[in-house]
Amino acid sequence: MAERVLMKGNEAIAEAAIRAGCRHYFGYPITPQTEIAAYMAKKMPKIGGVFLQAESEIASINMVYGAAAAGVRVMTSSSSPGISLKAEGLSYIAGSDVPALVVNVQRGGPGLGGIQPSQSDYFQATKGGGHGDYRMIVLAPASVQEMASLTIKGFNLADKYLMTSMILADGTIGQMMEPISFEDAEVETYEKPWALTGTKGKREHNVVNSLYLKPDELEVKNFQRYERYKLVEENEPMWEEFMMEDAEYCVVAFGIASRVAKNAVVAARNEGIKVGLIRPITLWPFPKKALEAAADKVKGFISVELNMGQMIEDIRLYTGCKRPVALCNRCGGMIPSPDEVLEAIRKAQKGEF
Amino acid sequence: MEHKRLTLFAGHYGSGKTNIAVNYAVMLANEGKKVCIGDLDIVNPYFRTADSKKVLEDAGVELISPQFANSNVDLPALPAEAYRLVEDKSTYGIMDIGGDDRGAYALGRYVPAIKAEGNYRMVFVANCYRPLTGTPEEALEVMREIEAACGLAFTDIVNNANLGPETTPETVLSATAYMEQLSKLSGLPIFAHTAESAVAEQLKGKLTPVISLRLQEKYFDLPSQKPGNRPLWG
Repeated sequence: MAERVLMKGNEAIAEAAIRAGCRHYFGYPITPQTEIAAYMAKKMPKIGGVFLQAESEIASINMVYGAAAAGVRVMTSSSSPGISLKAEGLSYIAGSDVPALVVNVQRGGPGLGGIQPSQSDYFQATKGGGHGDYRMIVLAPASVQEMASLTIKGFNLADKYLMTSMILADGTIGQMMEPISFEDAEVETYEKPWALTGTKGKREHNVVNSLYLKPDELEVKNFQRYERYKLVEENEPMWEEFMMEDAEYCVVAFGIASRVAKNAVVAARNEGIKVGLIRPITLWPFPKKALEAAADKVKGFISVELNMGQMIEDIRLYTGCKRPVALCNRCGGMIPSPDEVLEAIRKAQKGEF
Repeated sequence: MEHKRLTLFAGHYGSGKTNIAVNYAVMLANEGKKVCIGDLDIVNPYFRTADSKKVLEDAGVELISPQFANSNVDLPALPAEAYRLVEDKSTYGIMDIGGDDRGAYALGRYVPAIKAEGNYRMVFVANCYRPLTGTPEEALEVMREIEAACGLAFTDIVNNANLGPETTPETVLSATAYMEQLSKLSGLPIFAHTAESAVAEQLKGKLTPVISLRLQEKYFDLPSQKPGNRPLWG
């Protein structure tokens, strides 16, 4: 393979997963992420891995749960309606403290919705989706290169903190093609003494389970889990700042929306408006420090999202509602144009939020 | 360059079939020919021939596109009028086939008519920078899978070696050995080389013939995304 390769976002995820040591993929096809499964179907048999198309999303997430319990790097991928079906399994995986990688290449919703790109699963990804107290590390790529890099990062973080990493992409980044390389990827490996690998008569047996018969034990488990989540919040937030040094207004956008927003920021700068952009790369943990620092100096925020306004709530929450936040959004598979974002920036400058 | 009445572009998904089909259609129209392009892709949900509607209209190329292309209806159905591509012999027909064997199944129903007329070119679009066709042997495998799916053998290869916005003349030239090997393995000639217009200009005199491609600007192209720049990733 050449040093630089031209890949679709979905393919980049699949290839990166293989390079991260993932040899177990369980999934069920759905547009617009099917290339992930297709790539795995082609590649896994050639490298001694498992590609299994399950009978449903629910079956596939439970296969992921089982493989994760056995200590192997494992993943599944789907798109919005399919992720809803996987929600129960995500909760069980969280309740059992096993690592997994789950990819959501979002499409328009709710319900069956459509097949065009969307970011309307922000709440589902960052606030739960399944039942119970739990978190997932949510990574939001904005390029094909990041589809690859964040997939490898996602496996590393999942193993490190014993939880699910979710790649929250959208249909456009899944389908678009860009040149990328894999050489920078740093694959970390972690011992898994808790894994169900067979005692061979030499050790006590391990148990992977999310059922607790005594409420006090379950409470302690939850407390312990949240101690780990606290470490994630302290150590793992990732974000990109663009033209923020002297910014008086701050656009906040992730994934594909951030690419449109960047063009608008450049256009606004050409009009003399001092505006910058913060692009959260981790949606959970949310880049609180970056937003707090911005709130101290800017006059207001503009949240650009492909939904009815979901991340905007976190912008307000994490900045203590210190500054007004405007919403610039499209949904249902539509994407705002750079001009629409530019207009929102102009309005913010006039004090219209 | 000799043009057949029908030109079909097939190959691995993401190899550049749609871009080439659109540009080839416009090229024929600019030569004064009556041209019709058909989007026979039953696989791809985004980035389709219909995205180039304006360019095609401006060039006077007729577009036949599935009713549900670029909509929320994920339905692998082709319009009845697609038959005109094979039946209307007064028009140059360009067929944009879906990627891989899965995309090529739909072509099968037109193959008896295409063979009966016998005035066609079935072009395999090759890009050695696509990982699943990273070697000539892998490309040949995809070629055979497509032929088995649609029942029509390839007649030509197009060298579409590219790295998107990072493509330089060197990117295309360093693919020569790969393309020659693919040509040798398959026994098929290299019909043309393709490159984005600025790169194509620099390839003049080094490769022949070169089809110059005009690529669509996309709403998600980054301000920094000029040839030679790496995508954002610290």
